[in-house]
Amino acid sequence: MSTNIPENDFELRSLDATCLNESELVHPYWYNLKYLIVGILFGIVFVKAEIISWFRIQEMFRLQSFHMYGVIGSAVVVGAISVFLIKKFKIKTIYGEPIHFEVKTFNIGQVYGGLLFGLGWAITGACPGPLFAQIGTGITVTIVTLLSAIAGTWVYGLVRNKIPH
Amino acid sequence: MIDWIKQPWPWYVAGPLIGLTVPALLLIGNKRFGISSSLRHICAACFPANIHYFKYDWKKEIWNLFFVGGIFLGGLIAAQLLANPQPIQVNSALVSELKGYGISDYSKLIPTEIFNWESLLHIKGWLLMVFGGFLVGFGTRYAGGCTSGHSITGLSNLQWPSLVATICFMAGGFIMANLILPIILR
Repeated sequence: MSTNIPENDFELRSLDATCLNESELVHPYWYNLKYLIVGILFGIVFVKAEIISWFRIQEMFRLQSFHMYGVIGSAVVVGAISVFLIKKFKIKTIYGEPIHFEVKTFNIGQVYGGLLFGLGWAITGACPGPLFAQIGTGITVTIVTLLSAIAGTWVYGLVRNKIPH
Repeated sequence: MIDWIKQPWPWYVAGPLIGLTVPALLLIGNKRFGISSSLRHICAACFPANIHYFKYDWKKEIWNLFFVGGIFLGGLIAAQLLANPQPIQVNSALVSELKGYGISDYSKLIPTEIFNWESLLHIKGWLLMVFGGFLVGFGTRYAGGCTSGHSITGLSNLQWPSLVATICFMAGGFIMANLILPIILR
């Protein structure tokens, strides 16, 4: 594992394994531009399908529109088929590395944290991705929401040993 | 063609494209699609404050910051070049409910009557942006992921803890939108 997180800190690994880079390869920084390009395409879809709209999120949580359910549902179907095919045919990355999948272990944080995030999602009308896209579209006041989300993450890091997991 | 692109894209176009982000990131570098981790990397890079949770080599995760930088640029490009000139179309029941809170401007993707710099001088603006944003940042890290990491990547890999998290995201959202937000907006 290419991280400094101690392997014996089970929660650090299990809670946050989604963000950890498993690749052992070392590349020059400009290799990261390919993630920038995927991000740009993704951001355009976010805006064009109005996924970053506070109004669409309100419709979703009032069961007034199928739109967001269709987006998330079809994304999961396409993602699941892709993962299935990668596993079945043992497809490798473009650098020839085997692709890793992670097993998520349950902890009660997924319930408490999930509920807290859900509350915040419905107030701000944005999950973390749309915050970045909203700022890009020129809604500058979302910078406040993003800074506040960073502060929330920081406070979580501060208190995570004192709250139930 | 460009007129078609400028219209709002239907779910059956947008959803599969978002789903394809999962294999795209895996294939180009063994990266797992997840966005809220970027907030942790920003903390680790800017204010680690000797907190154990932020003591790791964030530079190894810098791809994630490039990715969210791309999302920002994607928003910029879509708004500058591909914007839909029409107001956003929403369910008429929502229109009449929001009218009761003084929200009637559908020209932007968010209601500018309540989300603006002046509203930060009032308690309502603080609840909507500062408190709401805090819950997003705290909750996603506590849950170990957000809509992308759990609801799309986790469910695509058939991880049941991600299903639990997704159900809780939705439960929290239903409670807020239907029971608490009407009180805040009133």
